[in-house]
Amino acid sequence: MNVTALKRKLDLTPKPAAPVVALPPRSTPRRAAWRKRGQALAAGVLPPLAVLVVLLTIWQVGASGEGSGLPTPVQVWIDSGFLILEPFYVYGTQDIGLGWRVLTSLERVAYGFGLAAVVGVLTGAVIGQSALMMRGFDPIFQILRTVPPLAWLPISLAAFMDSGPSAIFVIFITAIWPVIINTAAGVRAIPQDYRNVAAVLRLNQIEFFWKIMVPAAAPYIFSGLRIGVGLSWLAIVAAEMLTGGVGIGFFIWDAWNSSRLSDIIVALAYIGGTGFILDRLVGWIGRVVSRGTAA
Amino acid sequence: MKYLSIEHLSKSFVNGSRTAHVLSDITLTIDKGEFVSIIGHSGCGKSTLLNLVAGLTDVTRGAITLDGREVNAPGPDRAVVFQNHSLLPWLTVYDNIKLAVTKVFGRTKTRAERHDWIMQNLDLVQMSHAADKRPAEISGGMRQRVGIARALAMEPKVLLLDEPFGALDALTRAHLQDAVMEIHARLGNTMIMITHDVDEAVLLADRIVMMTNGPAATIGEVVTVDLPRPRDRIRLASQPDYVRARESVLRFLYERHRFVEAAE
Repeated sequence: MNVTALKRKLDLTPKPAAPVVALPPRSTPRRAAWRKRGQALAAGVLPPLAVLVVLLTIWQVGASGEGSGLPTPVQVWIDSGFLILEPFYVYGTQDIGLGWRVLTSLERVAYGFGLAAVVGVLTGAVIGQSALMMRGFDPIFQILRTVPPLAWLPISLAAFMDSGPSAIFVIFITAIWPVIINTAAGVRAIPQDYRNVAAVLRLNQIEFFWKIMVPAAAPYIFSGLRIGVGLSWLAIVAAEMLTGGVGIGFFIWDAWNSSRLSDIIVALAYIGGTGFILDRLVGWIGRVVSRGTAA
Repeated sequence: MKYLSIEHLSKSFVNGSRTAHVLSDITLTIDKGEFVSIIGHSGCGKSTLLNLVAGLTDVTRGAITLDGREVNAPGPDRAVVFQNHSLLPWLTVYDNIKLAVTKVFGRTKTRAERHDWIMQNLDLVQMSHAADKRPAEISGGMRQRVGIARALAMEPKVLLLDEPFGALDALTRAHLQDAVMEIHARLGNTMIMITHDVDEAVLLADRIVMMTNGPAATIGEVVTVDLPRPRDRIRLASQPDYVRARESVLRFLYERHRFVEAAE
């Protein structure tokens, strides 16, 4: 190619038919990105905040009557504000901040739910592998899973003779059913294609479990775990009311016995917040772990 | 030189009191390095035959032997390229092949050798550029290429292809057929391919096994395709040998064993 040819090629660049007016950029791209992020945040946070304010107002108005048995939000703040502001104070073995109490309860949930997760996934995997086992066990699980957590407590106390392990057992027995049932359903739903691949490769049971079963059934397993963690949190608060100790459940029972209604309301907020975080946490882990499975 | 031999093979599925005879008395021997296509109408049991050779289904009567050993369980010496690729969606292309390579060569090759072997097989199907992609991120033809690479990476005695290009468009299918022909020429694998495409069967195969319609399907006829390799689809189209082979398959399928939908 010679120089003239190149020049001719250069002449082919498109020319505007009309003079182009360059518009000044309205804002830098970075600032626009920040604004967009801010708008998204506002769109997510403002509506629930508005609803909260409305609800608190209704509560304030409704509970300010003369013979009202419940404290108003303002009263709660005056009585128990320190519980919100200082979650981690320690004034004595029984007088500790709600943050510590929540952590104590969470520790029990961690033991009970952790055990339920491991045993539940393994049991579900075994049962899901066989149609016969599924037929035999499924109706029994369906009945057992409807038993309320606290109904297990007397049996548990009789068996363990101690409130600590009993509370953990109640969590375990409450959380395990959805984990088993969902894992078994997930294992049954593994496509035959993946099983064929495993068969051709001669994967053994353990390899099949880790390389095929867990990733393929991960969405099912994690929906079971998510239900399970929610149930454990429900169960621990109820169990602690009966077994005592320093957990958040016992705090409510203690506050009721000494007529500290404001404290109870603050504790409820703590419980709700913690349950919400637990649910989101398991959901998030599930999304990260099972990324790619659905595709 | 019998490499793979299928002798008086029958397969029936029992479902309660009903017994369905799918295949009856199939006898076929395949030489080492041979490319055999199995063709037949849908529902004639050709996929069942492939599953039997793969060991994924149990034999009812008769026997299959490969290289002097009886086939009675699945194994990597009979790698399968599945119709719907069957790649594991949570693994990358590289990891899908790695799973197979680690399982087959975990003891005999070092880590570096295994890596080279994976890349070599990806190169063979021209997919090394997508090693870190997940199956969902690549096209259907590419997935099937990876499926072929995974099967080849097991260094199988027989490569079993179960309608491998059935789900692909015509152009992609032609590319992959060329790729399979090239691999066959380079590596000299023994291959069995299930297909329902007459042109594909004639283009690729040394022999075409034609199945009668089920129930109790069996081998109706075997056509030897005596065309020189490498084969070129465009030049082949006008060659009398090619036309004759194609015609005899078509005649078998549409004149003598016409598929009757209501034959139940």
